[in-house]
Amino acid sequence: MAAITQTLRPATESNTIWGWITTIDHKRIGVLYGMTSIFYFLVGGIEALLLRMQLASPNSTLIGADTYNQLFTMHGTTMIFLVVMPASVAFFNLIIPLQIGARDVAFPRLNAFSYWVFLFGGILMYSSFFVDGLPDVGWFGYSNLTAYTFSGNHRVDFWVAGLLVLGVSSVAGALNFIVTIVNLRAPGMRLMRMPLFTWTTLVTSTLMVLAFPVITVALVFLLFDRQFGTNFFIPAVAGGDGGDPILWQHLFWIFGHPEVYILILPAMGIVSEVIPVFSRKPLFGYPFMVYAVISIAFMGFGVWSHHMFTVGLGPIADSFFAISTLLIAVPTGIKIFNWLGTLWGGSIRFTTPMMMALGFITMFIIGGLSGVLHAVVPADTQQSDTYFIVAHFHYVLFGGSMFALFSGIYYWYPKFTNRLLGEGLGKLHFWLMIIGFNLTFFPMHFLGLQGMPRRIYTYGSNMGWDFWNMVSSIGSVIIAVSTLVFLVNLFRSFKSGKVAGNDPWDGATLEWTMSSPPPHYNFETIPTVYSRDPFWEEKEKADAAGTPIKAPVSHGHPHMPSPSFFPLIAALGLSLAAAGTIFSNVLLAFGILVVLIGVYGWSFEPATKPGAEHSGH
Amino acid sequence: MSSIPAASHSAPAEPTTTGLNHRKILMWAFLASECMFFTTLISTYMIYRHRSLIGPFPEDIIDIPVTSVSTFVLLMSSLAMVLALSALQRGDIKRTKIWILATVGFGTTFLLFQVFEFNQFYHEGLSPRTNIFGSTFFTLTGTHGAHVTIGVIWLLSLFFAAVKGKLKKENALNLEIAGLYWHFVDIVWIVIFTLVYLIAGNDSGVVPPAGG
Ligand code: HEM
Ligand SMILES: [Cu+2]
Repeated sequence: MAAITQTLRPATESNTIWGWITTIDHKRIGVLYGMTSIFYFLVGGIEALLLRMQLASPNSTLIGADTYNQLFTMHGTTMIFLVVMPASVAFFNLIIPLQIGARDVAFPRLNAFSYWVFLFGGILMYSSFFVDGLPDVGWFGYSNLTAYTFSGNHRVDFWVAGLLVLGVSSVAGALNFIVTIVNLRAPGMRLMRMPLFTWTTLVTSTLMVLAFPVITVALVFLLFDRQFGTNFFIPAVAGGDGGDPILWQHLFWIFGHPEVYILILPAMGIVSEVIPVFSRKPLFGYPFMVYAVISIAFMGFGVWSHHMFTVGLGPIADSFFAISTLLIAVPTGIKIFNWLGTLWGGSIRFTTPMMMALGFITMFIIGGLSGVLHAVVPADTQQSDTYFIVAHFHYVLFGGSMFALFSGIYYWYPKFTNRLLGEGLGKLHFWLMIIGFNLTFFPMHFLGLQGMPRRIYTYGSNMGWDFWNMVSSIGSVIIAVSTLVFLVNLFRSFKSGKVAGNDPWDGATLEWTMSSPPPHYNFETIPTVYSRDPFWEEKEKADAAGTPIKAPVSHGHPHMPSPSFFPLIAALGLSLAAAGTIFSNVLLAFGILVVLIGVYGWSFEPATKPGAEHSGH
Repeated sequence: MSSIPAASHSAPAEPTTTGLNHRKILMWAFLASECMFFTTLISTYMIYRHRSLIGPFPEDIIDIPVTSVSTFVLLMSSLAMVLALSALQRGDIKRTKIWILATVGFGTTFLLFQVFEFNQFYHEGLSPRTNIFGSTFFTLTGTHGAHVTIGVIWLLSLFFAAVKGKLKKENALNLEIAGLYWHFVDIVWIVIFTLVYLIAGNDSGVVPPAGG
């Protein structure tokens, strides 16, 4: 217990609520991100369960059309922007400084700002519920359904304002991690020695920085269309003037496709850490892995119109995007072969993190294969907007991202709590989840091929869709049970899990060299790195020499920047301003004023309390 | 967050992996993001070129000579910015203050031109909701104007810091980073001026597709 008290309550940090609110420690911010994202996973999961209950039987009137629209919209939006992305950012926060040998991120206060903006953005979007009901235009909010004429209440306004705010959070966070990784690596950690998770974080952050401005502009256009009567996405009517609803689709997917890589690359990074450790072999084909990640990110900007094959862009555009989409499967395949190559001949330990990682590989292959089918235009014309698509993206998002994120939780939880998550419950969680998952989503392939459209709230029993829908709904209940098992494990192990020690898995990277939980300042002395798997190398040398590795001893600790509440104020102002775009210009102006106050306070506040000499940033 | 061992307490400059300051890299990365931001805005303008069905069209109201003057003013502000930074790096605080103020002055003049232009257009019947030209034009140039405004506020804060003696040779980086932002905003204007004013300034309404 003493150990736990330490992580969440490091000696130098106050563990009051105020201490958490003003924290700028990357580990605490990571915990905040992680907990918020788990909370939203439950929210999004309950929404999904309601959807599945409605669809379990034909002609059901359980929740009805309007509620169904709200729920699938918020389910999708939640899972993407409030679950998978922040969960990835939670891992960036928890792991990156430790993996690269840094005391914190480059801009600790900006980091706190990102978290608060994310939190308020989510709250802002959901507060729609209390005004007009939840947003109901689907997670990609196609024009011109979002036009004022067709969505006359405030639902879409909340969706727009919420996404704008969340975008600020993502970009601010991503900028921070780019600088951190580029500029705060321990001596000797050259680019080609960085752990793969660090690599995927760098690339994902770059994608965020480049992709989010596009959706921001598109959302601003939409905001103007709705608030000021412009016509960016509204076609001309007789005697008037107008724009083109298809522009929204282009802008959305120029953001949207890189976004799916934002969702999957961190997951791939996690798996690339877990598999070598539990195979006791260095990652196979490391340079290929790195170049594959980079080329996926690069090509990710050139495939967006595969979401628009049925729009009628013409054969030239369709062929171009079909080919580019097929090509992007190549680096993805390279990654899969490299994971298999790592497993090959390794001495594999089937721990829960490893099972989750293997689950990731298998499920992701299925999702990837159906993805390649979508790249074939004639096939996609059949599949578009059917349950086949729903099956596909759940295989990559749930089977892919979520399995890997769970793998990461089981893998790194001991580092921050000094407790292992229970292996028994962990295996139960895994098996229930993978069975429930396949039961829920595999039948959706059949339903889709039988022509069941996505986003319908009910269907007639003459369609022949009854059986697989029922199977799918039963599967979703099993997923829910598995989630409960996970939560029980999370809480039980926190108190009474097996004590982990510093290096429970025989890890290869720097985070395992330090105490569990790591001290507030992470490294007493910044290590020097000589290889790709520095800790394995160190342990081998120590074994050869017969000298045990000394645990780091503490002699007084480095000064760390002081807590601050200005990030919170600036974040609050930003969200008020965003809410102002919905309700009143006075609120908008007030919000901007609060942002200014926050930013000024922030820039004039010394990064470190008087007396401490180290400069912050 | 210096990466120096705990023992060394007097940390003069933070050693970083690249040797560059964190904030400078942050600004460069942010500007990359801004590039995508303005690319989207400008592309939208160009995609919607010739799509307006009703006037006023660009050829009816865009005034290239007047905007050339304001463009020149903005370019001068970049020059002043360069001079301010070089003065500060030499430790010449007096000239630093003068040149920062000049930058602010040029920037504000540019903004006044824009206010004047928007007013003018409004009186000639172009508003953001008149037609798609109006929507895209005001959104693009207005967003750029907002960026200039932020730059002006930022530079004013640095000016007051200089007056209070807080902006010194040692932290010239503060000004350098503001300068990066300022020059970027200027460059964006050059693109806007070229595409929206010089090239598309003579556009009329819907043009039938070439090759019929
Ligand atoms: C807990 C298990 C889950 C179940 C039972 C489930 C079920 C569903 C259902 C029934 C739909 C609506 C399909 C339609 O009517 O068109 C849907 C949509 C969606 N789901 Fe899930 N889902 C789950 C988990 C996830 C996860 C983990 C993610 C992402 C990481 C996700 C992302 C999405 C997205 C993006 C949509 C599309 C929303 C839209 O059409 O706008 N889901 N899901
Ligand atoms: Cu895509």
